[in-house]
Amino acid sequence: MALRGLGRRISIGKRCFSSASEVEKRPRDGKQINLFSAINQALHIALETDSRAYVFGEDVGFGGVFRCTTGLADRFGRNRVFNTPLCEQGIAGFAIGLAAMGNRAIAEIQFADYIYPAFDQIVNEAAKFRYRSGNQFNCGGLTIRSPYGAVGHGGHYHSQSPEAFFCHVPGLKVVIPRSPQQAKGLLLACIRDPNPVVFFEPKWLYRLAVEEVPERDYMLPLSQAEVIRQGSDITLVGWGAQLSVLERACDEAAKDGISCELIDLRTLIPWDKETVEASVRKTGRLLVSHEAPVTGGFGAEISASIAERCFLRLEAPVARICGLDTPFPLVYEPFYMPTKNKVLDAIKATVNY
Amino acid sequence: MAAVRRLSLSSSAAPLRRLLILRPFSSSSADDQRVLTVETSLPFIGHKIDPPSRSVDTTPNELLSFFRDMSMMRRMEIAADSLYKAKLIRGFCHLYDGQEAVAVGMEAAITKRDAIITAYRDHCIYLGRGGSLVESFTELMGRRSGCSRGKGGSMHFYKKDSGFYGGHGIVGAQVPLGCGVAFAQKYSKDENVTFAMYGDGAANQGQLFEALNISALWDLPVILVCENNHYGMGTAEWRAAKSPAYYKRGDYVPGLKVDGMDAFAVKQACKFAKDYALKNGPLVLVQSYDFFEHYKMVLILEMDTYRYHGHSMSDPGSTYRTRDEISGVRQERDPIERIRKLILSHELATAAELKDIEKVVRKEVDEAIAQAKETPMPDPSELFTNVYVKGFGVEAFGADRKEVKAFLP
Repeated sequence: MALRGLGRRISIGKRCFSSASEVEKRPRDGKQINLFSAINQALHIALETDSRAYVFGEDVGFGGVFRCTTGLADRFGRNRVFNTPLCEQGIAGFAIGLAAMGNRAIAEIQFADYIYPAFDQIVNEAAKFRYRSGNQFNCGGLTIRSPYGAVGHGGHYHSQSPEAFFCHVPGLKVVIPRSPQQAKGLLLACIRDPNPVVFFEPKWLYRLAVEEVPERDYMLPLSQAEVIRQGSDITLVGWGAQLSVLERACDEAAKDGISCELIDLRTLIPWDKETVEASVRKTGRLLVSHEAPVTGGFGAEISASIAERCFLRLEAPVARICGLDTPFPLVYEPFYMPTKNKVLDAIKATVNY
Repeated sequence: MAAVRRLSLSSSAAPLRRLLILRPFSSSSADDQRVLTVETSLPFIGHKIDPPSRSVDTTPNELLSFFRDMSMMRRMEIAADSLYKAKLIRGFCHLYDGQEAVAVGMEAAITKRDAIITAYRDHCIYLGRGGSLVESFTELMGRRSGCSRGKGGSMHFYKKDSGFYGGHGIVGAQVPLGCGVAFAQKYSKDENVTFAMYGDGAANQGQLFEALNISALWDLPVILVCENNHYGMGTAEWRAAKSPAYYKRGDYVPGLKVDGMDAFAVKQACKFAKDYALKNGPLVLVQSYDFFEHYKMVLILEMDTYRYHGHSMSDPGSTYRTRDEISGVRQERDPIERIRKLILSHELATAAELKDIEKVVRKEVDEAIAQAKETPMPDPSELFTNVYVKGFGVEAFGADRKEVKAFLP
């Protein structure tokens, strides 16, 4: 698969992202909005276009703790947009059942840190439904949305990145957007995808990331990574909020004459191995970065796969710049996080290996 | 010697600061011991159990210490509000003002050898268990001398020597833990009980019912306390629960509904619950079909209470309830005002003396904050401590696996 086209950087705001080439080709028809508004638009469109789509979760009725579900209850009624009691396992199980009857169940888990009571339902019930019933039943209409990731002051239970746990489950898809325009397209694609999807939204970007987002209904392809920036010396792979850190590291590295290629994985499973492989064949070096702890994080899977595919081409070991192997700390967050300087150090170390 | 509940400051504060309530008044110490009887505001409602009497015995000391303790808790929470807005407290901060009667009433009925475990609204429970203001504020601000060494923050206060098992972020998860603690207490036969506290939101968590079943099956000395402040974050109880009568939700486990804004009702209920939980019938060894009728030990207490603040400092608390409701509760059911009226009506102190107590409390809180502000942050090496047992020698990797490696201490 050829490398994805380059996108012009068009957004303003603290975190700058380039847009996808697919959307680039269409005329400008968007407004500058932030991440939670983009998600809100996607949900409005999803409920509008499918009368059997439902949005539910804790406190979503009044708009949700991050305002992602504002206006939905008023517009579509409390029979389609409703609050659930405080029971993640119940929410997930209920969503699976609803999806099994052919509906689009869009469940919200208020923080990804709370998703663990629902883990059994997602892993054992949702992921294996089609498989164990010999395709008689499936819960493809299931989408679970959850804010994940550090937010600067979240502490142990409002900052976790649990994507690696779900990436280990065949039958699920895990999707993580990096920006408002990506989020809207990816979320609509996830909702309409005939497989159960867990959609993690980087909560740090809910207000911070502002981008021009088309108002119409559009989808972005799943299982396709996007090359945000072309380069020749090293490939950087990341997702979600971490991409802005990587982008700043790329800019700094460019000052030292290192040309970095930046890839947004977008879908973590099934992930786009071809794009990453093609990029590493070009540059010969790989660095993966994510907020979750380094041991057993998804970067490990990427490293192992690329080592397998590109062993003879690699000029240096695959570098992983990730969170530390500790519980997500409270006051030590700045030490724990994979910051721009840590990434920069590793870029230089890898290039000079 | 009169037993008075003291909220002690850190040892660096002058001993004079340990204010005892006794002396400011003209009454002699004998008077302070006299027994008064107060009536709880509302009768208790029992589920499969005969409720205790509405008459509660107390002493002037206890009344005044209730007043002081609750004022201190109230002041601490309001100060925490300001500190959070000044960004000295980061993270999530869940305030308890309005619910102080539950913490204070419960402490009055039990000892420090009984265990308490609760969710994240734990600052005042920590104070009640004997924690100091300085330790609270330093922990809130993430400093090194906090009760959890600055690593827990607002949601994770612990105090091992007083049986306070914390401070938990995932609601409902603390209830099975509490049942486990009670199991250990039953094993050691030391006549102690555990109070596992949770909220009306968490009352719908599945693990609670799992733990309830196990506790009832094995007759554990645990009391499940539902602090029903009527809102699970932003969702009213009637929207979240088919049966908001949380004291009945145990079904086969008896329950008691208590006015959580009345410290004496809470005290009476907790005392009753502890006695009930410890009742060991002589038939305990007999295996008979209906043996559970004789000594069911688990009890559910529903505390009907109210929080003035929102769910946390990120929640204004007014998008899902009206300001009239909040001010209505404050006027009619405020726990501190109730005690103030009782003290004044029994002429144990004048209004001016009570105001003085509040002033002293305010000053103590301000001093504790000042002291906490001076305390340094924890050392960066603390990031790696206590992941595993000390000396376990587990290798941990820094940001780049090759560059930074350490053995966890």
